[in-house]
Amino acid sequence: MSAYSATEPSAASKWVAGTLVTLYMVITLLPLAWIISTGFKTGPDSISYPPKVIFSPSIEGYVNLFTDRTRATPEQLATMPPPENFVDEIVQRRGEVITGPSRFGERFLNSVIIGFGSTFLSIFLGTLAAYAFSRFKVPLKDDLLFFILSTRMMPPIAVAIPIFLMYRELGLSDTHLGMILLYTGVNISLAVWLLKGFIDEIPREYEEAALIDGYTRFQAFRKVVLPQAATGIASTAIFCLIFAWNEYAFAVLLTSGTAQTAPPFIPTIIGVGGQDWPAVAAGATLFLLPVMIFTILLRKHLLRGITFGAVRK
Amino acid sequence: MRGCIMAEVVLSGLTKTFGATRALSDVSMTIPDGSFVVLLGPTGAGKTTTLRLIAGLDRPDTGDIAIAGRSVRDDTPAQRDVAMVFQQYSLYPHLTVRDNLAFPLRSPVMNWPEAQIASKINEVASVLRIAHKLDNKATQLSGGEMQRVSIGRALVRNPRIYLMDEPLSSLDAKLRADLRVELKRIHAELGATFLYVTHDQIEAMTMATHVGVLDQGRLVQFGTPREIYENPVSAYVASRLGQPRINLLPAGVFGPAPSGAAQIGLRPEHVAVGEGQSATVRRVEHLGDQTRLHLTLGPHEIITLADPHTTLSPGDSLSIRPDNPLWFDASGNRI
Repeated sequence: MSAYSATEPSAASKWVAGTLVTLYMVITLLPLAWIISTGFKTGPDSISYPPKVIFSPSIEGYVNLFTDRTRATPEQLATMPPPENFVDEIVQRRGEVITGPSRFGERFLNSVIIGFGSTFLSIFLGTLAAYAFSRFKVPLKDDLLFFILSTRMMPPIAVAIPIFLMYRELGLSDTHLGMILLYTGVNISLAVWLLKGFIDEIPREYEEAALIDGYTRFQAFRKVVLPQAATGIASTAIFCLIFAWNEYAFAVLLTSGTAQTAPPFIPTIIGVGGQDWPAVAAGATLFLLPVMIFTILLRKHLLRGITFGAVRK
Repeated sequence: MRGCIMAEVVLSGLTKTFGATRALSDVSMTIPDGSFVVLLGPTGAGKTTTLRLIAGLDRPDTGDIAIAGRSVRDDTPAQRDVAMVFQQYSLYPHLTVRDNLAFPLRSPVMNWPEAQIASKINEVASVLRIAHKLDNKATQLSGGEMQRVSIGRALVRNPRIYLMDEPLSSLDAKLRADLRVELKRIHAELGATFLYVTHDQIEAMTMATHVGVLDQGRLVQFGTPREIYENPVSAYVASRLGQPRINLLPAGVFGPAPSGAAQIGLRPEHVAVGEGQSATVRRVEHLGDQTRLHLTLGPHEIITLADPHTTLSPGDSLSIRPDNPLWFDASGNRI
């Protein structure tokens, strides 16, 4: 038994905490692990009962995700040249031939353009607006802030019909710009409020010192406020990206071709004869990666917490 | 080299309110070129507001500020060419000490070559004894070091006026004494103009060429430290300077008073020992360079100075009388 300490938790409470965290981790990661492993199963393995935990991995799901195929008769197959690579081999073994690449690549690219585009725009506009709300005398400031927040007081899908009609009239339906504007519109209230909180925490004295040191207000903003708001900007950007990246309802409603994002596309991957679960799981796995990478890249800022300032309070 | 730039600062009729609070009322003051003006007053008297108005961080409601004969009312802080040391240090936390010191020199207004910046920084850092901390992040410094860096950030420049808001307040006694001398030397050598806020009377007396006393946003007296000390216009001003503080007693305690006098003000040198009223010693404080006597005279308490090697002890009695004291009327004004 270690000596009593005021700050160090007891061994028993550490065990309880550790167990709870582990349990929580298992519960949250299990579906994720299931999706990732399903992506590497064959069709029959993915729907076998009882479910297979141990299986021989296959990249069939990924092949199916990226290709369009059609069933070929044995006679047709016999006339074809021998498979050039392992992808052809996998497909031909199932009695299919590749007719071309699938749409997944471009849908994924759409998600990247729309997700990151709207995140950038939300952060850009949100930071400037938050700075202004934090530092300047804005007429009707409280009303404006409330108004901005009020756009989040109902589920966005409640305005689906008006937006659908509006977008059709404006020619924004199924365009990248339209989706970027829509997600920016939804995210900007979150961005303004979160960032205003972060900027409020940065003492004005820093900017005042910079003004006296010979900088203009915008230069002071860029050189002094922005670096210190980095933590807030990073976490806000992650929230914005996660929303725009995962958004499903509006994507289904407003996009069908050119600007369709990955979420509405992935469930439409129909295999030959039944839902192609490995391909869906492979799509979901790839779809998870960008947000995960983005979050990992910014985690330094997330973990650093609020800057410990050099201002005497 | 500067010195030839006239940097007389003239404040005329400055008034500033923040919401319902009147921070400054009709303050007029001339800060002569090359002078070292100290602003005295309790918290809330308007000292910091005065600095901020001159720096251009706040705009006066009415009144004007002229530097070197030209109104700067519409100038940005950068255009005014002033340096300011904030009470709260305000070091840029994301930068190293070196970059903090270089920050003003890299501004679009200054835009010095890097080699020149480096040599200036080394010079200032050695004066302020922070050379060994140059590559630390500003947040890794102690309070005293932060304060020195913040003074350094003003000293790397040669502005028309240095504005300093209690720059030595969080330093230890020795460093404070050293920097007092250093600032005074910079003042003398550069011929720079200083406007300096402090609560510390030694700083005020030793550094100032002029002292301005503020009370609730009004400038109540402006003059040399000697004038303020010897010839205060009111009991309030008199109590700003002098250690121990001036003793304020009802006018009649020592017998007849001038007509209209309500209070008698006794500085230690105004208390003559040997004759007059009998007082009792309550406490003797040996401070090293001085010895303070706490006396009771009837219901009143008087603090005065004694010979450092005095043999007086609590309970002893002695006779005191006022010697050329200051008289104040019922509203505290000097008679």
